[in-house]
Amino acid sequence: MIDVFQFNKMNDSVISVHNLVKKFGSFIANDNLTFDVYKGEIFGFLGANGAGKTTAIRILSGLSKPTSGKVMVAGFDAFRETEQIKKNIGYMCQKFSLYEDLTVRENIILYGGIYGMTKKLIWERLTELLAKLKFREFENRIIADLPLGLRQKLAFSVAVLHEPKIVFLDEPTGGVDPITRRQFWEMIYETASRGITVFVTTHYMDEAEYCDRISIMSEGKIVAIDTPENLKKQYDAATVEEVFIKIARPVIN
Amino acid sequence: MKRFLGFVKKEFLHIFRDYRTLFILFGIPAAQILIFGYAVSTDIKNAGVAVLDLSHDEITQKLTDKIISSGFFRKTDNLLYYSDIDKLFKKGKTKAVIVFEKDFGKNLVSKGKASLSIIADGSEPNTATLVTNYTTAIVNDFAFEFAGPLPNNMVRIIPEVKMFYNPNLKSHFMFVPGVITLILILICALMTSVTITREKEFGTMEVLLVSPLRPIQIILGKVMPYFILSFINVLLILLLSWLVFGLPVKGSIVLLLAECMLYILMSLTLGILISTVSSNMQQAIFISLIGLMLPTVLLSGFIFPIENMPKVYDYVSSILPPRYFIVIIKNIMIKGTGLVYIWKETLILIVMTMVFVGLSVRNFKIRLE
Repeated sequence: MIDVFQFNKMNDSVISVHNLVKKFGSFIANDNLTFDVYKGEIFGFLGANGAGKTTAIRILSGLSKPTSGKVMVAGFDAFRETEQIKKNIGYMCQKFSLYEDLTVRENIILYGGIYGMTKKLIWERLTELLAKLKFREFENRIIADLPLGLRQKLAFSVAVLHEPKIVFLDEPTGGVDPITRRQFWEMIYETASRGITVFVTTHYMDEAEYCDRISIMSEGKIVAIDTPENLKKQYDAATVEEVFIKIARPVIN
Repeated sequence: MKRFLGFVKKEFLHIFRDYRTLFILFGIPAAQILIFGYAVSTDIKNAGVAVLDLSHDEITQKLTDKIISSGFFRKTDNLLYYSDIDKLFKKGKTKAVIVFEKDFGKNLVSKGKASLSIIADGSEPNTATLVTNYTTAIVNDFAFEFAGPLPNNMVRIIPEVKMFYNPNLKSHFMFVPGVITLILILICALMTSVTITREKEFGTMEVLLVSPLRPIQIILGKVMPYFILSFINVLLILLLSWLVFGLPVKGSIVLLLAECMLYILMSLTLGILISTVSSNMQQAIFISLIGLMLPTVLLSGFIFPIENMPKVYDYVSSILPPRYFIVIIKNIMIKGTGLVYIWKETLILIVMTMVFVGLSVRNFKIRLE
């Protein structure tokens, strides 16, 4: 596993961040971040609340501009080419991101259209997706009628509908039962195996164990970045949770 | 463009799938027009009047008959003494008392001048004003007929100029423009502010912002459906007020519709501005309803004339867009004037629209950072 990444490191960096600084007035939200994320990787982005994760994700997804540093996402510059970045990423946030008063099919057509997919392609993916999720019977039901687990899975499928290079998942499994979480992670693996990079934040440390690599942020800085195995060795911990508690001091307000 | 159209289609789906939205959009305006037109009608019909005739001659009798037979009034009593007036008003059935002076008929014939007083129950100022105005008009009319052979007129009260444009004293004519003004700003501002804050609250706004849709496309996509539906609404209201109340549009219908479009646009941009400063739907609804409805009803000249307000209210009212639109729409619909007389108000609305757009864009950008 590790060897594969060593190899990929040379070739396929889809997110490349060098000396990223983001200031709000005198407050430094992101302090000199430098890291790379590779094609097909599941990258866990951890940190206590207020550590600067959200700010970093907003910059990586083209919503906000860095104060200084060099940020390339999917081969595009986060200063000048935010429009291009937006076309090449998918996004799913902790709040539910589908329209509850629209049907499954209408949501899929809407997002497909927003990402500029052709009608034919949308139809293909729609059929494929409904078959895969065993969703046929729900096609014409409005989202509000679906159980939460199904909605989350659908939201994820919609986020990768346009086959983006990277998909950002901001605490995607908040409030979901363990069985659905497990199925959700199966979907994440399946997506990564297709070559889509998964950039995920989570507060569940057992989920962090599933990632190929994780980074831990604290007070605006990245304090650790490696595979879960290496980090556990390095910090002499049995679980990622222990590693996290050892190094990620919570922000004291 | 295709992205944009898909987004607009989605907005229409939201609207048509939510019966409440549809009801607010089309049900409330129709109901408002009918309620304001009929129930809150300030026309008087069979208002109780009493007569205190100190003269008792042929002429006072004729004038009394003319007043009563006008259909606006109903005679409640014949009084004998001044002191009875107070008692009568307290009973509440009589809105006004007409007092003929002693030797009314004789004075009129010999001096060409006679006087009568109309004493109205001032505890209901609106009715009182209407009753006195109506009576005055009838008396003047009578005097005019009577004055044929005589050089002088007998009554000195001059009817309010406002009536000039509304000879039948039909209050629908006054209300319909006001209601259109009120409804359009309320619905447009309310709808857009709620639909945008709803996306914020549900988290879908984040997803839209991360998508390749530009912020301007998101805003236009939100505004366009409501622009179209509100315009249909205007047509419906005008049709309704024409069919039910026989309200004509005296001026250019094209100009009227163009001004309505401007006003709708202004209200929609105001709604966007409200959405950028409110963090949830409750707040947006609160600002739109309380912040817009009361000032519009009370201060825009819709019900209470601005000329009669204390100066302070006049200043406050001058920042309210409805104030200008009311002038525009009344001018076009009732007086039939053209752009020459209303260009100033039109210009003010255009400037306001641009200011709202500017502020919204600024707030939107701050939020993104």
